[in-house]
Amino acid sequence: MSPFPPEIVTEAGVAIAPSLPDDAALTIRSATVSYGDKPAVFSVDATFPAGALSAIVGPNGAGKSTLLKAALGVVPRVSGEIFAFGEPVEQARGRIAYVPQRASVDWDFPTTVLDVVKMGLYPRVGLLGRLSGSMRQTAVDALARVGMADFADRQIGRLSGGQQQRVFLARALAQDADLYLLDEPFAGVDAATERAIIDVLKLLRAEGKAVVAVHHDLATVRDYFDHVFFINVRRVAEGPVDTTFTTETLQATYGGRLAATQLSELALTRAG
Amino acid sequence: MAVLDALLLQSGYNAALVTLGAALLGFSAGASGSFLFLRKRALVSDAVAHATLPGVALAFMVMVSLGGDGRSLFGLLLGSAISAGVGLLSIEWIVRRTRLSEDAAIGAVLGVFFGAGVVLLTIIQTMSTGRQAGLESFLLGSTAGMLFEDAIVIAVGGAVSVGLIWLLRRPMTLVSFDADYAASLGYDTRRIDLLIMGLVTAATVIGLKVVGLILIVAMLIIPSVTARFWTERTGQLVWIAGTVGAFAGYTGAAISASAPNLPTGPIIVLMSAAFFTLSLFLAPARGVVAALLRHRRFQARVHRRQGLLALAAQHPIREGYTLRLLAREGLVRADGVPTLEGRAEAAKVVLDEERWTVARRIHQDIGLSGQYDGLTPIEDVFTKDEIAAFDHEITRLGAV
Repeated sequence: MSPFPPEIVTEAGVAIAPSLPDDAALTIRSATVSYGDKPAVFSVDATFPAGALSAIVGPNGAGKSTLLKAALGVVPRVSGEIFAFGEPVEQARGRIAYVPQRASVDWDFPTTVLDVVKMGLYPRVGLLGRLSGSMRQTAVDALARVGMADFADRQIGRLSGGQQQRVFLARALAQDADLYLLDEPFAGVDAATERAIIDVLKLLRAEGKAVVAVHHDLATVRDYFDHVFFINVRRVAEGPVDTTFTTETLQATYGGRLAATQLSELALTRAG
Repeated sequence: MAVLDALLLQSGYNAALVTLGAALLGFSAGASGSFLFLRKRALVSDAVAHATLPGVALAFMVMVSLGGDGRSLFGLLLGSAISAGVGLLSIEWIVRRTRLSEDAAIGAVLGVFFGAGVVLLTIIQTMSTGRQAGLESFLLGSTAGMLFEDAIVIAVGGAVSVGLIWLLRRPMTLVSFDADYAASLGYDTRRIDLLIMGLVTAATVIGLKVVGLILIVAMLIIPSVTARFWTERTGQLVWIAGTVGAFAGYTGAAISASAPNLPTGPIIVLMSAAFFTLSLFLAPARGVVAALLRHRRFQARVHRRQGLLALAAQHPIREGYTLRLLAREGLVRADGVPTLEGRAEAAKVVLDEERWTVARRIHQDIGLSGQYDGLTPIEDVFTKDEIAAFDHEITRLGAV
C-alpha cells in the first residue's frame, strides 16, 4: 500500500492535498532543489514514520544530503512542501535536531566540546538569557550519553573523527527534539563510535523519537534501520526495510554501479 | 620623557583626546573583527574599507552643492557608511547570484570602488568651492585636528558596536562555526552575516578619520589573530581581541603624540603588529617558543619510551641521554639494570603499545590513529569504551 492516497481533485480539477499520514514524523511533498539549473532532488515525495529509524540511501550525487537539508529548510526549495509532525517545517523547528556532516566545519575553531554541545540550547536561551545550571546539566548529560563526558573541556581540534561525530550527536541530543536528521553519521568513524551512535539512535527510537539518517553503507541498512528511502535525484522506492530493501530496488537505485555479486550478497543479508 | 607623558595623558588636551579615542576605536574594531576572522572573511573588511572612499567624496560634493563647506564630519561619515554598505551588498549579491567566489567579488568591488573614489577626489580638487584640503587624510588617517565631537562619534559608535556584539555573540558564534546548523535552528544566517559585516562597517567608518581606510583592516584583523594565540574559547577571543586593539590604539596614539610628524594610524598598526609578534613567539600553547619547549619535552618522552621498551625487551640501553633520563626517575640503576619501578613502568608501556597496535588496526581511516606517535598515552586519545574494546581484542588475539 502506498503511503500516499490517490490525489483528490475538485470538480474544477484543482488538487486537494491529501491529509498527512497520522504517524508521519516527516513528510516531503514534491520537493525540488537545484543548484543552478540542474535539479539535485527532483519532485520527491517521502514519508518518514515516527518512532522508527529511517535511512536515506542512494549513490553519490543522488541528492541524499540535499534532501535532508531541504527537509530542514536549510537550502531553498524550488518547489514543494515539508511537514514535520503535520506542521510546516519552519514552525516545527523546536522539535527537529540536525547532525551535519562532520567535514562541514572547521575543527580548529576556538571552542570546547561542551561549548559546541551548548549550541543546541541557544534557541532556548534567547538573546538576553543566560545558560542556566540546568541547561548546562542538559549539555553534560548529552555528552555522557555519547560517552564523551570526560572530554567536555577539550578543544575540539584535539578529537578523533569518531569523537567529533559524537560531539555533533550530543549537540543534537541537547536539543531534546522529536525528530533527528543525521547526515552520514557513520562516515569515517571507528567501529566503537559506530556502535555508540547506533545505540543512542535505538534508545531514541525506544523513546518514540524519529530518526532519519543519510546512510552510505548498504551492508548495515538491514541491521540498523526499520525504514528505507531510496533516492537517485528522484524517489525510487520507500518502505519498511524488510520489504523494500531488495535486489530490485537496489538495482533500480544504483543501476550498473553495484556489481551482481554485491547485489546478491546484500539480498542475502535479508535472513540475518 | 615625552612618550611617558603621552602615555599618562599629560601631553595636552588634543593628544589625550586622540589617545583615548584611539583606544576606544581599537577595542570596538578588534572585537568586531573577531567574528569576521572566525567566519574566515577577513578580506571582506578590506573591500568595505576601500568602498568608503566614493561615499566620502560624494558626501563632500553634495554638502558643497547644498551651500556648505563640505567639512561636516557627520556628513562625510554618513556618506562613507552608505557607500561601504553598497560595496558590501554588491559583494554579497555577486556571490549569491553568480558562480564567482567571494575572493573574486572582493577584488572586483575593492578595485572599482576605490578607483571611483580616487576619480571623485581628483574632480573635487578642481572644484572652486568648498574646503577640500584634508579630504585625502581619509586615506591614511590624521589626528592633527581631532575635535571633541570626533571622539564622541568614536565613543558612541564603539559603545553601540560592543553592545551589539555582546547581545548577538551566540548567534554570531553559531553562524561562524556551523552556518547550516544555525539555519536548522531557525536562525536567519544571511541576516546574521550581514550584521557581522555591518559591525565591521561601523568600526571602519568611525575609524576612518584616525587610521584611514587603507590601514583600518589591520585594526580589524590583527587583534583577533593575536587573541587566537591566547585562547581556545570564542567568548574570550572577542574580548582579548578588543583589549589588544585598545592597547595598540592607546600606546600607538601616545607614541605618535610624543614626537612631531609621527603618523598615528601607521604607529597604531605597528603596535598591534608588535603585540602579534610577541604572541606569535610567547603564547603559552600556540606560540613558537612553547612549540620549541614542547619539542624538547617530546624528545625526552621519546627517549623515555624507547628506553622503557628496551627494558621490557631486555635489550641494553646504549644512548647516554636515555640512561640519564631513566636514572633520574629512578627507573634504572647507574649500570643500566632496571629497578622494580622501572620494570613496572616498562610493563605499562608495553600494554599501551599493545592497545595502540589494536587501535591503529581498528581506526585505520581516521585522523587520530594516523597521529599515533608512540608516545601519547592511549587514555588521552580514546574513550574508556573504545579502550575496553581494544583490551577485548588483545585478549581475543592472545587466546588464539
